[in-house]
Amino acid sequence: MAMTTETDRSGTPLVSMKNISIAFGGVQAVDDVSIDVYPGEVVGLLGHNGAGKSTLIKILAGAYRADSGEIRINGELADIRSPADARKYNIETIYQTLALADNLDASANLFLGRELTTPFGLVDDSAMEAETRKIMKRLNPNFKKFSVPVSALSGGQRQSVAIARAVYFNAKIVIMDEPTAALGVHETEMVADLIKELKSQGLGIFLISHDTREMMALCDRVSVMKNGALVGSERVEDVTEDDILSMIILGKNPKREAA
Amino acid sequence: MSDAVSDRPNQTGKRRSLFNKLELDLRLLGMVGAFVLICLLFNILTGGQFVTPRNLFNLTIQTVSVAIMATGMVFIIVTRHIDLAVGALLATCSAVMAMTQTSWAVDLLGLAPGHPMLAWIAIVAGVIVGALIGGFQGFIVGYLSVPSFIVTLGGLLVWRNVAWYLTSGQTIGPLNETFQLFGGINGTLGATGSWIAGIVAAAAALFALFNARRAKMRHDFPVKPVWAEALVGAIFVVVILGFIAILNAYQVPERVLARQFEAQGLEVPAGYTASYGLPISVLLLIAVAVVMTVIARKTRFGRYIFATGGNPDAAELSGIDTRALTVKVFALMGVLVALAALVASSRLTFHSNDIGTLDELRVIAAAVIGGTALAGGVGTIYGAILGALIMQSLQSGMAMVGVDAPLQNIVVGTVLVLAVLIDIIYRRRVEG
Ligand SMILES: Nc1ncnc2c1ncn2[C@@H]1O[C@H](COP(=O)(O)OP(=O)(O)OP(=O)(O)O)[C@@H](O)[C@H]1O
Ligand SMILES: [Mg+2]
Repeated sequence: MAMTTETDRSGTPLVSMKNISIAFGGVQAVDDVSIDVYPGEVVGLLGHNGAGKSTLIKILAGAYRADSGEIRINGELADIRSPADARKYNIETIYQTLALADNLDASANLFLGRELTTPFGLVDDSAMEAETRKIMKRLNPNFKKFSVPVSALSGGQRQSVAIARAVYFNAKIVIMDEPTAALGVHETEMVADLIKELKSQGLGIFLISHDTREMMALCDRVSVMKNGALVGSERVEDVTEDDILSMIILGKNPKREAA
Repeated sequence: MSDAVSDRPNQTGKRRSLFNKLELDLRLLGMVGAFVLICLLFNILTGGQFVTPRNLFNLTIQTVSVAIMATGMVFIIVTRHIDLAVGALLATCSAVMAMTQTSWAVDLLGLAPGHPMLAWIAIVAGVIVGALIGGFQGFIVGYLSVPSFIVTLGGLLVWRNVAWYLTSGQTIGPLNETFQLFGGINGTLGATGSWIAGIVAAAAALFALFNARRAKMRHDFPVKPVWAEALVGAIFVVVILGFIAILNAYQVPERVLARQFEAQGLEVPAGYTASYGLPISVLLLIAVAVVMTVIARKTRFGRYIFATGGNPDAAELSGIDTRALTVKVFALMGVLVALAALVASSRLTFHSNDIGTLDELRVIAAAVIGGTALAGGVGTIYGAILGALIMQSLQSGMAMVGVDAPLQNIVVGTVLVLAVLIDIIYRRRVEG
């Protein structure tokens, strides 16, 4: 089931988040969690609703600032204070909420914050639309609605806009928070292919999903969270689906318990 | 019989595709239709007094001040804020400009009273004050997270009375003659100048259309058929030149001419006539409209304004600094308020304490009637200007018919609510 290519984990990780904690008011959303990802590796994040998965990756994406802990990129301490900082480290994110401006069209959303401009500094809408058409042809050939606000798109179409935005800008690290939640069977398969392609290009990918089987197929390692804390991180070839399920539900790591 | 039935969908289909080909905005057509209807109605009620060059000229110059501010209010409302302080800020900017040209700059720089430079110094001073106060309010909204409703409600009281202190509650005037050129009737281009301006504007409009088409073709996007493009271009040219023709048809009255010639020790030559033509204040409004439209559609700043209004969280996650954006939007509003103050005070030829009173309501109404959605994210500059024109024509028309002031306000208030209701129903049909 696991992917055939074995990731080389001897060097420095592409991203390593160490001892990350954050609280919202009284809620300890993330509690002393450490995860990492190596180049060409897909790391899955699993856990029940409200476990803290989205919050953890939002810290890497610059949307939240951790109360404590550190982030290293290629071994060097990274100071990520805002989403703009994260982009500077070539971190791209597909948010669970998709984070699209509903009143703008697909290309305005794809290039939001990074608009192509004419020599006079004005936004170059036709150039951006042309680029959008190009990438959509690759990601979702059925996509035709280029000049309507994204509020007029289906859930899956909106999701493909969000995915296009994450892969267009030469990311080195991609965060995907439930990228296939609204997708049909065929589209889900296309995202799986995309993940494999990005992996083969040496990107590091954090993938969040509730579909354990899908995670076993796509990920090299999985990290399970419960109530904000990390239950464990395992290579997929070392565990069964049942092991993962019991980690999610019981919050215990059967492998380590046995040892 | 069955033919007639099958005909119908076909026909609506055809009609819709015609609209699509022209890419005409239905909302725009609706507003133009409302304006034309109001004009015709009052023209009948006044026995042909409403649609005359003289009245249309007056209507235009009465609209300018509110229309300039309404373009800025579009950005404010699009970003999900509101500005209740524009009328009061107008008074402060007007007071600063009046005091600068009649006393402060006179004393400071030793310029003779009435020196043309004083007008420009006053304008610059007013614009700077408008930008600073607007930006200050934006700072409290954006960085300190006080709702704009509260900040500008406070501002409404504060700036009205700051203006009072600046002038010690006095009326300041008459204002500098150069300054008065921006008021409307005291500064117009005359017939020839107006035609030149009109032709330049028409050429620019055609060039913009042509450029947009070329950009689309360069990327192999579908373009309108040439005839549709030509028709839209022709409509632009007719509207622009028609507007100039109407303004030029308003002749300077004989007694005014006589006074002008007398001042130079001359007599009016027999058969001599002159037109007012395009007022400089209207030229200013057109310039504001063009700049604001370019900002809205063609700059990153404008793109971020609309993105933030559509989904503030998404904007922030895309790396947009929404706090700084709020400051900029309010500062821009302040600059436009200062320009509106220039037009309003020079139209009166003096600064008075109550200048701009209730303007906040007119400005918000203009923007909202023009299709700006209070939920944020949606609005157009041309809509707000048309909204201001519709409001002003209602008010002027009722005044001409002899409707008393309380009833005028009742009608305007009702129209505002109705306009928003129609807009909501329209949106539901289009989007739902
Ligand atoms: N902005 C916020 N303010 C307050 N509490 C928050 C905020 N964001 C998240 N939380 C809380 O933090 C905890 C973790 O939420 P998070 O969204 O990270 O869960 P998740 O693992 O992504 O869940 P799901 O699988 O449902 O997406 C929850 O208890 C949530 O209520
Ligand atoms: Mg989540």
